[in-house]
Amino acid sequence: MANHAAAPAHSDNPRYFVPAPSAWPFMLTIALVAIVYGFGAFLEERAIPTQPLIIGGFVLAISVIYLWFRGIARESEGGMYSAQVDRTYRWGMSWFIFSEVMFFAAFFGALFYARELSLPWLAGIGAKESTNVFLWPGFENVWPSNGPAALGGSFKTIPAFDVPLVNTIILLTSGVTITMAHHALKEGKRTACILWMWATVALGAGFLFFQAEEYIHAYTELNLTLGSGIYGSTFFMLTGFHGMHVTLGTIMLAVITMRLMKGHFKPDSHFGFEGVAWYWHFVDVVWLGLFIVVYWL
Amino acid sequence: MAHAHHDHADHGHDDHAHGPDKGIMRWIKTTNHKDLGTLYLFFSFTMFFIGGLMSLVIRAELFHPGLQFVDPELFNQMTTMHALVMIFGGVMPGFVGLANWMVPMMIGCSDLALPRVNNWGFWLLPFAFTMLISTLFLPGGAPAGGWTMYPPLVLQTGDAFPLLIFAVHLMGISSITGAINVVVTILNMRAPGMSLLKMPLFVWTWLITAYLLIAVMPVLAGAVTMLLTDKYFHTSFFSAAGGGDPVMFQHIFWFFGHPEVYIMILPAFGIVSTIIPTFARKTLFGYDSMVYATASIAFLSFIVWAHHMFTVGMPLAAELFFMFATMLIAVPTGVKVCNWMATMWRGSMTFETPMLFAIAFVFLFTIGGFSGVMLALTPVDFQYQDTYFVVAHFHYVLVPGAVFSIIAAVYYWIPKWTGRMYSESAGKWHFWLSAIFINLTFFPQHFAGLAGMQRRVPDYAVQFTDMNVLSTVGAFGFFLAQFIFIFNMLGSCYGWFGRQRNLPDRVWEGAKGFEWIVPSPAPYHTFEDQYPLPDAELSVHHDAKH
Repeated sequence: MANHAAAPAHSDNPRYFVPAPSAWPFMLTIALVAIVYGFGAFLEERAIPTQPLIIGGFVLAISVIYLWFRGIARESEGGMYSAQVDRTYRWGMSWFIFSEVMFFAAFFGALFYARELSLPWLAGIGAKESTNVFLWPGFENVWPSNGPAALGGSFKTIPAFDVPLVNTIILLTSGVTITMAHHALKEGKRTACILWMWATVALGAGFLFFQAEEYIHAYTELNLTLGSGIYGSTFFMLTGFHGMHVTLGTIMLAVITMRLMKGHFKPDSHFGFEGVAWYWHFVDVVWLGLFIVVYWL
Repeated sequence: MAHAHHDHADHGHDDHAHGPDKGIMRWIKTTNHKDLGTLYLFFSFTMFFIGGLMSLVIRAELFHPGLQFVDPELFNQMTTMHALVMIFGGVMPGFVGLANWMVPMMIGCSDLALPRVNNWGFWLLPFAFTMLISTLFLPGGAPAGGWTMYPPLVLQTGDAFPLLIFAVHLMGISSITGAINVVVTILNMRAPGMSLLKMPLFVWTWLITAYLLIAVMPVLAGAVTMLLTDKYFHTSFFSAAGGGDPVMFQHIFWFFGHPEVYIMILPAFGIVSTIIPTFARKTLFGYDSMVYATASIAFLSFIVWAHHMFTVGMPLAAELFFMFATMLIAVPTGVKVCNWMATMWRGSMTFETPMLFAIAFVFLFTIGGFSGVMLALTPVDFQYQDTYFVVAHFHYVLVPGAVFSIIAAVYYWIPKWTGRMYSESAGKWHFWLSAIFINLTFFPQHFAGLAGMQRRVPDYAVQFTDMNVLSTVGAFGFFLAQFIFIFNMLGSCYGWFGRQRNLPDRVWEGAKGFEWIVPSPAPYHTFEDQYPLPDAELSVHHDAKH
């Protein structure tokens, strides 16, 4: 830690940092293409070896991402980033999170469309009476629904004020702990910061544990599956993509915590930390939306 | 001008290489915006060529009624793949290539903000399109349900289906990373003193385009993910039996798709707004109104999507809302067209090739705009839906619109990129042949469509033969004419035809801006040390400040 204290927060070089040529982006592309090509062949049961493509792709992707970010951490700790580069990362992360918001918006939109339009229409509301009379006689619009063909058979749902409420409290608490960690970092209390960060990681892992339990419960006891009509589709896709984001966020938090333990970041310069904190808050806010419109209402 | 040759000086002390690496690894590893701009443009024109060949298959089959050359399955694969290749492989990467080259040079900064991410965004594309085009050789062939991928039809695609979905995902990652890069560069790296309302208009239109890309590409990713899970993982987003709705896909798709239309035209507006003032030798008329019109179009693009779906069976209130909202777009678009005309009014006009393409853009894009207003009217759209009138409409805005603007931009800036002038006489041949053949291709399609000829069908009633013969002749002529362009441009790239590097910094004497005060060809690195744009180089003068 001590050897970093003397270094300036940002590079004094007035020139913008343009990195040297790099093979990582190209390698990451190769990895992604291997994964999706293998997965696509697997889905269509094509006679090509899909497992080596998928596994090899993941190994390569994880290796490249590790090396790429290690390089960024070294550049950052090496004082190569000016205040302008710092602003680039801030803008970049903000717009990336905006793109994530829009991705979730597509699935929230599907949920609203199903509840407000397609199910009422199937039940014959408004000008769509003939849809009900001739195609799906007797279908009534009640939520939750697996549609007029009752796809997947009858199912039960997970009550909001049960495990989901616990998970809400967990994520809200993790928003507090990461803020405490941020304050500790800004005040130079590194040990406190690291402890608050591990608490945040633990809360993220706890959330994922309960979410996995909930999925197992849904599949084995409630007969609630991806195949349970529009309810199962929207429930699992929304909570599933959110869960993936929590998983990624937890890994990111753990990486930042380990960097803190290695002495990275300074009280006045730690965008890596802040970017992950922003991401974590974003995941938190998406969960609040899920809790209200998927579990509760 | 004191700064003009600044970049030649003091190269010694930086920590990264100043010349490009040698061989293929230069292109694979590059973080240089000019290299990546070049890669994007070569990729774009390769895709234009492949997509163009597909359109020739379509036009050959439609030369006469009956089935001559291809079976209907292959015909449908050609229409679907032609659209995907041209939109995601040709037009969008073409504009991104121009943004790569020109945005840093127009705002006076050294590179895009995130150069390695920029490299990633490019290299995803050749792989995504290799994957997509390879589906032509799989059992069941390439996707054939139309580029709009409507379920339930698209779910019947064979082995190609997951590769279609994943190719769209990869293109989406490429677009989003590219767009974030452009937005961050513009917001964070402008030269000192260049406030937002002093930016060249190409930069403004790209800023708004990039915002649209970040907003809607993730929505497309979500939509195709739902298709994937509907096909393989038992979800029922688009199945009425499970409480979903196939029409829901159309809503989500066009929530992406309509802003996408403007993604493919806003940068074109910026190009034309750059070229016309240069060759009219006047400042752009109505700079501020151009900016506000661009922003208005972007805003409206989010609330008009269902005009693609008037016949699908929506409530009357929705039909009316989307009709009126769509017609409203004609207002800011009209502002732009009037501004371009006012810029030319009493200008000292000359008609170099970029100017010819820019003027043709204004004229022919406006024809496409007018047919767009016709299509916006719900009652008449019931007649036009899925006819060749629609095909004529969107090709007028995309080919003599978006594609002409890309061609104009290449003519305009290639002397700056390569240091060698193109052949003006070959350029004029290229322009006139293109302008004549593109109208021969698409103008008759208005009449065929109004008379009832359906799109995406390989056969047609005998009464439509004359119009289709004209259209096919035009398409082959247009395709062949592009080889003049390709050889002309490659001639400047590689110094063919005895072309020398003998151009001044300011290649066009009426041109203004940062890119014209650095040498031609532009050095590998420009504006590493930022300085203010001299007042004389501003593309706009705000009266209030004088």
